[in-house]
Amino acid sequence: MAVVALKNVGKQYPGAAGLAVEDFNLTTHDGEFIVLVGPSGCGKTTTMRMIAGLEEHTQGTIEIGGRDVTGVVPKDRDIAMVFQSYALYPHMSVRDNMAFSLKLKKYARADIKQRVEEAAEVLGITPLLDRKPRALSGGQRQRVALGRAIVRQPQVFLMDEPLSNLDAKLRVDMRAEIIKLHRKLGVTTFYVTHDQTEAMTMGQRIAVMKDGVVQQIDSPNNLYQQPANVFVGGFIGTPAMNFLDAAVENGTATGSGFSLVLDAARRDAAGTRERLHVGIRPEHLHLAGNEADGQSLRGEVEVVEPLGALTMIQVRVGDTKVTAQIEPHQQVAMGDAVALTCAADKLYLFDADSEDTLMGIDSGVADQPAA
Amino acid sequence: MSAQAKRFSGANIAFGVLGWAVALLMFLPLIWLVVTAFKTEAEAFTVTPQLFFEPTLESFKAALAQGGGYWHYAWNSVFTAVASTLIGLVLTVPAAYAMAFYPSKRTDFTLVWMVSTKFIPAVGVLVPIFLVYKTIGLLDNVWGLIALYTAMNLPIMIWMVYSYFRDIPKDLVEAANIDGASMGQTMRKVILPLATPGLASTGLLALILAWNESFWSITMTNHAASTLPVYIASFKSAEGMFWAKMSAASVLSIAPIIVLGWFAQRQMVRGLTFGAVK
Repeated sequence: MAVVALKNVGKQYPGAAGLAVEDFNLTTHDGEFIVLVGPSGCGKTTTMRMIAGLEEHTQGTIEIGGRDVTGVVPKDRDIAMVFQSYALYPHMSVRDNMAFSLKLKKYARADIKQRVEEAAEVLGITPLLDRKPRALSGGQRQRVALGRAIVRQPQVFLMDEPLSNLDAKLRVDMRAEIIKLHRKLGVTTFYVTHDQTEAMTMGQRIAVMKDGVVQQIDSPNNLYQQPANVFVGGFIGTPAMNFLDAAVENGTATGSGFSLVLDAARRDAAGTRERLHVGIRPEHLHLAGNEADGQSLRGEVEVVEPLGALTMIQVRVGDTKVTAQIEPHQQVAMGDAVALTCAADKLYLFDADSEDTLMGIDSGVADQPAA
Repeated sequence: MSAQAKRFSGANIAFGVLGWAVALLMFLPLIWLVVTAFKTEAEAFTVTPQLFFEPTLESFKAALAQGGGYWHYAWNSVFTAVASTLIGLVLTVPAAYAMAFYPSKRTDFTLVWMVSTKFIPAVGVLVPIFLVYKTIGLLDNVWGLIALYTAMNLPIMIWMVYSYFRDIPKDLVEAANIDGASMGQTMRKVILPLATPGLASTGLLALILAWNESFWSITMTNHAASTLPVYIASFKSAEGMFWAKMSAASVLSIAPIIVLGWFAQRQMVRGLTFGAVK
């Protein structure tokens, strides 16, 4: 267990034009679960590989447990890594796979046996110990890969998209298991994923990356309520946030097909700007009755997606496609003209040029304290 | 069409006959060689070939005694082939490892360049190599021959082992690094066990190529280091042709490698399809 600190960490690949990772700063708490998330090519895996020592960082310093690990080879960093491909040694039994690192460290035979069996017990893979990886299902291989990491009792776990090769149901199950495992072991963990749902459900803090640059490092709720910019706003949350280009006049944001009255706080945040990006999450849009409360988006329904518990509709507002989440009992058909409304305090405002956030929302949901 | 009918359709029968015909055609010289080896010189030299004759081991006896004896050449063949294969493998593994797991911008070029050296005909480099060997006293020396065979086989060996290594996921090497394995341990405990079938078929190929090599053996050796091809060639002498003895000598020369190939066939096939089945 250890604090991991990344200070101005950057990576320049030889011959590459730009930096793969730029000025990454993060200091974990002891035992924290950090998720690195972003679209492919954003540098999240590179960042993890730099912590592992599989890639050298070319700028800044990385400290693990207070020790600068620059130039330290992976095996001396006291880390364990779970690979996307699991990377189990195909010619070794599950037991040997798990014991490999301990054997290399010259642990006593009885000690190895005990540790392997304990880890197997925790992960429920005791009956599989004498099988070869090829005789295991994807989920079982995943467990073995986790087992190989936890027998080492390392200071830091690194997990590189460990669930992306599993089917949807198994992924949800394993997600919960990894969270439980983390709670039980309390080891500082870095977890890379491109799946924002995985990030939101697992991370105590989430680092959202884009093009090698960290956009925001924050708790799931803060990312949701107070995204740093348009990118984070659109990346976090499913379905994604709707963005509308609006002109501001007399405290009202208007555009083709919509008119939204800004409350006092939002008028302050907008200041003297004449143009804004307005963000509205689908779950904050409702079908409007006849009442006129000043907030209205009008358009034609293009797609209706009933999901059972709720229904998603896509409405063409002016030239923007707006997704709204409605109640399943509300009957809407394709081609219907509808009006949508949104509470004034659920509007996100972004600067039209820098795309930085001017104002988020406050849903009143407090963050869970870090475990 | 039922499976049975399909099996015996006209096209299939035609292809079957064609296949057997081609196989027989390719095998014919070998059969002729073996048959001739059991004839007397007189029978072997008749204008109309004799199909029926009394087999005799006379030619084998004569051949075994020829020019210092079969065993002298056989030992040289075994020694040069085995030694050049082993040295080749020892040099190949690290080279292929570096190129497969730590490729640089120049790796592809290096591979192509290596194999391109095989495009040069051996005669093209005969004179300089002969002169160098003469100067440093490696003519008619088994180690001289071993060096040549190793160099001759290295490009193809490295290329083969490189492609076997490439089939091993890089993640495994990284996992081993993180698990605390040194480069040597990664090699011994992860890479080599996984590449064993590939290394075996590479070794076998090198062995066969070195065993069958005749050009360098004939030109660079006189007697002390001569291998079996020299022994075979020795039956074509100024005093005349000795077809039966030459055939017997050839049979004796190719028999060991054919037997070895027979036993290694399974391993060989496994090695050659290693990447495909994973």
